[in-house]
Amino acid sequence: MALFFYLFASLMVLSSILVISSSNPVYSVLWLIFAFCNASGLMVLMGAEFLAMMLIVIYVGAVAVLFLFVIMMLDIRLTELKSSLKNNLSISILVAVIMLADLIIIIMLGTQSIQFDRAKEFVTPGDINNIYAIGNVLYTDFILPFQAAGIILFVAMIACIALTLRYRTGVKRQNIRAQLTKTKENSLTMNNIKLSTGVDGIKYDE
Amino acid sequence: MNNISLEHYLITAALVFTIGVVGLFMNRKNVITILMSIELMLLSVNINFIAFSVYAQELSGQIFSILILTIAAAETSIGLAILVLYFRNKGSIEVETINQMKG
Repeated sequence: MALFFYLFASLMVLSSILVISSSNPVYSVLWLIFAFCNASGLMVLMGAEFLAMMLIVIYVGAVAVLFLFVIMMLDIRLTELKSSLKNNLSISILVAVIMLADLIIIIMLGTQSIQFDRAKEFVTPGDINNIYAIGNVLYTDFILPFQAAGIILFVAMIACIALTLRYRTGVKRQNIRAQLTKTKENSLTMNNIKLSTGVDGIKYDE
Repeated sequence: MNNISLEHYLITAALVFTIGVVGLFMNRKNVITILMSIELMLLSVNINFIAFSVYAQELSGQIFSILILTIAAAETSIGLAILVLYFRNKGSIEVETINQMKG
């Protein structure tokens, strides 16, 4: 188990570095997928199987594919993206070192004095597996956050449609209302035409 | 869980979080890579939540992780929609040229 932890953790860190350092965004997305798969492996090792599978389904199945679609739709010129990738590398390394040292000091000092008290509200049951335990509390005790998450997804869906919807002018498109309201009375005219005269005043487009 | 302790998972998550922050700083050209850095940071926060939830034998951390997944998906989709809209109007997604609001 320790071997698998170090395997997944090192591969996740390595692929995260490759996400931010590769110049082609398509490769970045593929490394992001690999990082998420390794994080899912870590979660399986911890015993949170439902979250691991959820991570694969949501991120690899939906978010990464969305990234790939957007990258393929946008016409990005790679040579311009490559040019100034390294211009503020020094300040990035400075930020990285300071922040990592800070976080590791906090973790090392904090986990020495951490005490998990045994009187908890949502104890993980020992006799049923992870997804049963989550399902028992998700629809009962956490129903309000669950519904709020659904509302957030709904608002996000409406926002995405409203942002990207556009009506282009000069495009021939189907007018469904005009098709459905067309009857015999408003589309046929009966005329008694005299010899060698035409019919005036026909409106072809209502 | 014989000899892998909580600190191992926390330090792994801290490394990934730091890499995400560096990705925000280092990449000044591409908005898509910035969105991917945000995804990495959210992933490390998820790992933190799940590690604490497992080691404290408490389920609410995993529930909160599900909510973080939801928020991350919503945020990514809106960010990419804004990106598509910006590219349609400007023809470029370089970060340095986004200065219409004079901020």
